[in-house]
Amino acid sequence: MSFLPQPTLKVLERIKFGVLSPDEIRKMSRVQIITAETYDEDGMPIQGGVMDPRLGVIEPGRRCPVCGNTMHGCPGHFGHIELAKPVIHIGYVKQIYDLLRGTCWKCSRILLSEDQIRDYLSLMERLDRLFPNLKPRLIEHIRQKTAKVQECPHCGAKQKKIKLDKPTNFYEKDKGVRKLSPDEIRARLTHIPDDDVRLFGIDPKEARPEWFVLTVIPVPPAQVRPSIMLETGVRSEDDLTHKLVDIIRANNRLKESMDAAAPPIVIDDLWELLQYHVTTYINNEVPGIPPARHRTGRALKTLAQRLKGKEGRFRGNLSGKRVDFSARTVISPDPNISINEVGVPEEMAKLLTVPMRVTPWNIEEARKYVMNGPYKWPGANYIIRPDGRRTDLRFFKDRKALASSLTPGYIVERHLIDGDIVLFNRQPSLHRMSIMAHKVRVLPGKTFRLNLLVCPPYNADFDGDEMNLHVVQTEEARAEALELMLVQEHILSPRYGGPIIGGLQDYISGAYLLTTKSTLLTEEEVMDLLSVTDYKGELPEPAITKPVKMWTGKQLVSLFLPPNFNLRAKTSVNAGRLKCEDEDCFNDTYLVIKKGKLLTGVLDKKSIGAQQPESFYHWIVKEYGVDYARFLTDNMFRMFIRYIEKHGFTMSLDDVEIPPEAEERIREILREAEKDVAQLIEAYRKGELEPLPGMTPEETLETKIMERLSRARDQAGEVAAEYLDIFNNALIMARTGARGNILNLTQMSAALGQQSVRGERINRGYRGRPLPHFKPGDLMPAARGFVYSSFRTGLSPVELFFHAAGGREGLVDTAVRTSQSGYMQRRLINALMDIRVEYDGKATLPDGTVVQFSYGEDQVDPARSDHGKPVNVDRIIERVIGHEL
Amino acid sequence: MSPKKFDVREHKLVPKHERVPLPEATEILKELGLDPTQLPQIRASDPVVKAIGAKPGELVRIIRESETAGKTVVYRIVVVG
Repeated sequence: MSFLPQPTLKVLERIKFGVLSPDEIRKMSRVQIITAETYDEDGMPIQGGVMDPRLGVIEPGRRCPVCGNTMHGCPGHFGHIELAKPVIHIGYVKQIYDLLRGTCWKCSRILLSEDQIRDYLSLMERLDRLFPNLKPRLIEHIRQKTAKVQECPHCGAKQKKIKLDKPTNFYEKDKGVRKLSPDEIRARLTHIPDDDVRLFGIDPKEARPEWFVLTVIPVPPAQVRPSIMLETGVRSEDDLTHKLVDIIRANNRLKESMDAAAPPIVIDDLWELLQYHVTTYINNEVPGIPPARHRTGRALKTLAQRLKGKEGRFRGNLSGKRVDFSARTVISPDPNISINEVGVPEEMAKLLTVPMRVTPWNIEEARKYVMNGPYKWPGANYIIRPDGRRTDLRFFKDRKALASSLTPGYIVERHLIDGDIVLFNRQPSLHRMSIMAHKVRVLPGKTFRLNLLVCPPYNADFDGDEMNLHVVQTEEARAEALELMLVQEHILSPRYGGPIIGGLQDYISGAYLLTTKSTLLTEEEVMDLLSVTDYKGELPEPAITKPVKMWTGKQLVSLFLPPNFNLRAKTSVNAGRLKCEDEDCFNDTYLVIKKGKLLTGVLDKKSIGAQQPESFYHWIVKEYGVDYARFLTDNMFRMFIRYIEKHGFTMSLDDVEIPPEAEERIREILREAEKDVAQLIEAYRKGELEPLPGMTPEETLETKIMERLSRARDQAGEVAAEYLDIFNNALIMARTGARGNILNLTQMSAALGQQSVRGERINRGYRGRPLPHFKPGDLMPAARGFVYSSFRTGLSPVELFFHAAGGREGLVDTAVRTSQSGYMQRRLINALMDIRVEYDGKATLPDGTVVQFSYGEDQVDPARSDHGKPVNVDRIIERVIGHEL
Repeated sequence: MSPKKFDVREHKLVPKHERVPLPEATEILKELGLDPTQLPQIRASDPVVKAIGAKPGELVRIIRESETAGKTVVYRIVVVG
């Protein structure tokens, strides 16, 4: 509950939509609009014009001639326009069409026998009661059935075919084709009896079919279409006003022509013009007619456009609004704050406030804030007295007196201070981890600061990303945010039972470097590393005592492990030449932790990485809780980056350089492949190439060439990897999983390999060749986008072109994919958002309709599962007896 | 098509469907705390429903293999259509 008085709540039982009848429109109208003129020479609105003062006052100081209120109190009043001839309402064309087809042209009865009418009415009544969601199906059935009837069961008249020429013209086809005028359509609709109307799924009390043809149109109040004054003093009218003027002008001309008994062709033309204006007034994006345009050529924004789409009334102003107590700015990293914290610029902290109820226990604190005022942090911006009166501290001189006048019951809107709970969000908000609660740290600077480890859940980086912050205003909301939304509560993701928060990039390289066998640390270094953590306690026995005391990195890591933690696991670096199958591992690539001591193996992506289920970090979170997990990220992980900072870590050209003999071997491999490709092409030319099942000879050739070339690239990569020093920094990153992979490295040092567009070798461009540098029909690797050079040696101009072509496809793909998946996401959310899990495990809609009888059929919370499995027996055994069976 | 009449129930992708007799159906609904309108629906024109001969208003039990829970039992109410 907020501190402010709450309005009484009423429960909406149901909502019903209907169509305004001409009588209703006239009844609610205060003035008939008859002239297209808006203002006279003095700039005063003309009586009976679209800016008639009786439509509502919008100028300050004036009083409404209808209700007597000023602009703040006058709700606005409707007017109306009497149309000289009826026109079709564009929104009801479909209904009119169905009604015309389903009823007799002569007697206006529905094209069903009396018996059928009775049966369907009673069925409809029962469906209404029992399965309301099935009613549309019955209505659709009746619609299809009646449209097919040839002869009226009531008067026996032979039925004519009705044709709809979109958007608003109806024709009757008998022998010839005859246009039905809105007059005639309206007459037919008027004669349909109420019961027959019901069978079309229309409630005649709320919407008689003849109301779908307009004879009167309502003129909305001035507040709905305010005119704006430009700096030049020129008045600029709203699009709706422009459109209303068009309608009146067309209407008056039509009326005059009718009164003057003009020839029917003239009248029909004017009638059609009126129809056009009324149609575009309602919806200016109707297919088949040109949109009405402003003088500048911009399409007018009329009624339907105000409601529709992303920026329309519903999605833009009702489902989503701009809110108070929120802030947005660029984000930047800060590895020294907790994952639960967010750095907020002081400037922002002085604008964002938290309501603080004054009590005897916090009155001194509250006085301090008031005394500091709005411009000194930590201060306060407003004071709300118990009677609800607000004092703005910006305009209050004697703050000292005000502070001493504070008594319990006052509310002080104080600045954001360290420890306040806020919600932090990065769009697109694709999963629940996109909005998490953080604790405020007010910091200098102009950016939001966040710990690097929370980048994966937000999918954030620091290339200019901005994020939003919302200050939670009530005690209940704060409690909920703290208990349910705090970052540490989201370390385990429901997306794939595993941690989404975990080490990345330098954290992984750092952990690896710290825990490798070769790392020995002096006392000074140990002290330095531990000083970035909260570790308090004795140093362990040094691993080496003479000539100086030295500790291993594994010993430091062990300081942070729970004393009863056991684990045996493979590491990321456990691959290739350093492969080990069990704990007797001379390469130090098999992780063994017993009784909280890291014995062998290194920490890398497979153990501390983000999004790595069933890993060291996952077991820690599951078995020791999120608080302990946060302790690790805020201490042990900080030690990793402190170590890599001291150690120094960079990548240079030398890291991808290979000796000349290796380059020669690679060239030889590529030459070999080229020769094989030439042979394949030769075989194909002679027609000796055996086609693969389901493929043409050309496809077979392409497949075989691609296969041969990719093998060559792999071989080249292997050669390059052989010559690279395993302890060069680029390779360390690839091996530990910190960044990049072996393929990236081979592309840098050996050869880029085949470039592709649409999964094929590059073959588009000129006739039979991608570029004029080649002969038409040349199928050799070089002419089809194979890049022999490496990034280190550099690409030839032609190679660069091929690489750019492949790269561009990748960019286009990502752009297309994000928009498509975004729309899919929106539709899924709209379909699934109301589903909830009941206390008995059923997944239901709010009205109790069952979606699943048992949530997920096993009632398992995926966030608490092990990569989707409810229990992991092997891990339980390992925990209990210290090793696997 | 084979000369033999095809029975959907024999298809390997079609789980077991069975009609639930009325007394048992009321029992089940009571246990689930549901009224018939809250149940998921299956059309009378559904091939399996036709095959087992269930009529609108009847309860159908579906027993199927579940990826997460091994075997699972769900219910549908037959509706006109």
